[in-house]
Amino acid sequence: MNNIAITFENKKNNVLSIYFTAGYPKLTDTIKILEILQDAGADMVEIGMPFSDPLADGPVIQNSSTVALKNGMSIQELFDQLHGMRTKITMPVILMGYYNPVFKYGVENFCKSAAKVGIDGLIIPDLPIDEYLANKPIFDKYGLCNILLITPQTTDERIKQIDNIASGFIYAVSSYATTGSGKALNLSAQYFEKLKNTAFNNPVMIGFGIKDKATFDNACQYANGAIIGTEFIKLLEKYGADKTKITEFIKGVKGNDQ
Amino acid sequence: MTDKGNKDYMADEKGFYGQFGGAYIPEMLYHNVEQLRQQYKPIIESASFQQEFKKLLKDYVGRPSPLYYAQRLSEIYKTNVYLKREDLNHTGSHKVNNTIGQILLAKAMGKKRIIAETGAGQHGVATATVCALMGLECVVHMGEIDVKRQMPNVLRMKMLGAQVIPSMSGSRTLKDAGNEALRDWINNPEDTFYLIGSVVGPHPYPDMVARFQSVISEEIKWQLKEKTNSELPNYVIACIGGGSNAMGAFYNFLNDTSVKLIAVEAAGKGVNTDETAASIAKGSVGIIQGAKTYLMQTNDGQIIEAYSISAGLDYPGIGPQHAHLYNIGRTQIMDATDHEALEAAFELTRVEGIIPALESSHALAALKKLKFEKSDVVVVNISGRGDKDMDTYIANMDKYCQK
Repeated sequence: MNNIAITFENKKNNVLSIYFTAGYPKLTDTIKILEILQDAGADMVEIGMPFSDPLADGPVIQNSSTVALKNGMSIQELFDQLHGMRTKITMPVILMGYYNPVFKYGVENFCKSAAKVGIDGLIIPDLPIDEYLANKPIFDKYGLCNILLITPQTTDERIKQIDNIASGFIYAVSSYATTGSGKALNLSAQYFEKLKNTAFNNPVMIGFGIKDKATFDNACQYANGAIIGTEFIKLLEKYGADKTKITEFIKGVKGNDQ
Repeated sequence: MTDKGNKDYMADEKGFYGQFGGAYIPEMLYHNVEQLRQQYKPIIESASFQQEFKKLLKDYVGRPSPLYYAQRLSEIYKTNVYLKREDLNHTGSHKVNNTIGQILLAKAMGKKRIIAETGAGQHGVATATVCALMGLECVVHMGEIDVKRQMPNVLRMKMLGAQVIPSMSGSRTLKDAGNEALRDWINNPEDTFYLIGSVVGPHPYPDMVARFQSVISEEIKWQLKEKTNSELPNYVIACIGGGSNAMGAFYNFLNDTSVKLIAVEAAGKGVNTDETAASIAKGSVGIIQGAKTYLMQTNDGQIIEAYSISAGLDYPGIGPQHAHLYNIGRTQIMDATDHEALEAAFELTRVEGIIPALESSHALAALKKLKFEKSDVVVVNISGRGDKDMDTYIANMDKYCQK
């Protein structure tokens, strides 16, 4: 069974996933941050593969990508860094990034390298459904889940289609916004109710606009868990890969649910 | 404006031209793009739309734009050079053909807020103009570097009532303005229409913009028929950044395979330097702003910043239809450096009394590099006028002006 499925099997609620950009703030921080997050109690992580033109991201994550690229991060460098991570990291690790670098690396090549270092799933937001389905045999061959996004504007029919072909979990974007825009959650009550009342095949994680215990707890009432990205990048921007600060942050979000 | 039944050159239902095109967009944009895809053809093919579009092109834009026999230029190149005068359109370039079309579409779709990206500012001005005409709110994203080098157009947009937002991300030029416009659209999906300025972006934009610009080649055909008794030239030459003026100039000649279609990329300081915008000469297949096409990228798939003296050609990608037409051999790709474009600009100014835009000067620069027969008919698309480039021309005047 895939590592992501096992996580949701063992824990149905309050699953906390953290997003951070590979090679940020320093090139060599990737593994260090992974280890700190696991020790602090994060349930899974999404490692962002930096891209020059991140369409769906707001200024905070854009900036982290720019810095990471300047630091020398690349897909090859990331695979080199992740080599051997499974001796220490047991939680699910997902790679998230835009399609062009994956396409350039070669989809099969990419999946092969990802599986080899122990990656469990992929989030490629700009991979169209048709091209995803065309490549699905490759993703399946290497045991990689494909997490697909839905938004408040995704029609019921399309949600059903996405739920049928996605694996791992459904990434429910909490509002129509780029990452870190801060306007999430205000407009979402109705949408969250809909998420709660829809019978999904996959677990659902809410992302965009989750930044602290209150927003995390709120999102967890309607889904299996939630994802924090921008707020965590802001912390890294301020303190670097600081074990104490990161641990404080994760424990603060999770509260008593350790 | 129909596809003339030729499937080899046109987009399929999902927006693919061969392997190029499509809609590589995050789910946050899906609803908007899908809504547009479903509505654009029925609306723009309707009789009422066509009637209003044609009326505005005639009475407001001033179409048809002249097809001018450039006698002295023809003598220099020992052939017959015709200039398609898109520079004489209202707002000074071909961009307005597309903005008139899209603003009518936006209105028909009930959108209230118009956003656009711009490089040289020509598309921004053309968008701000039609927004003023229709009384719609207008927000233009423009790279911070372009804001500085194209100040007259920035001020024009402001005078027309548009809000100009400098794009501070990435290279702060055209591609980044496009990224910011897409982000704006993600954040404002209900009432906003994204008015793209070229044959780029996710389907249906490349097809839609090509249709609106196709009026250029439609006119060239009947104008040539009047002047030469044949509607077919030997060559059509146009500059290409994203490729909207070239697509418009080529569109109605695609099936006429005797007509050589030549697209001229901006080589910047040379295709063998790192400072270039020659997306085909230097590029490889990938995804940029929602479309699969040729683009300049690193081995790691990071998009490379383009360079050209002309802000309108300063783009690391190319429209997917152009990628396809090049790939199947229907078009020929050439390039012109900053230096060659400047030479061509000063030459046209001195022999014909026409100051062209720096973009169009790249097309003119191809005249020197091609071997023509004396009887050939060569159409060069003058996509815009040079007023906006006066700072650059003034800075280079001593070097390029003969007494």
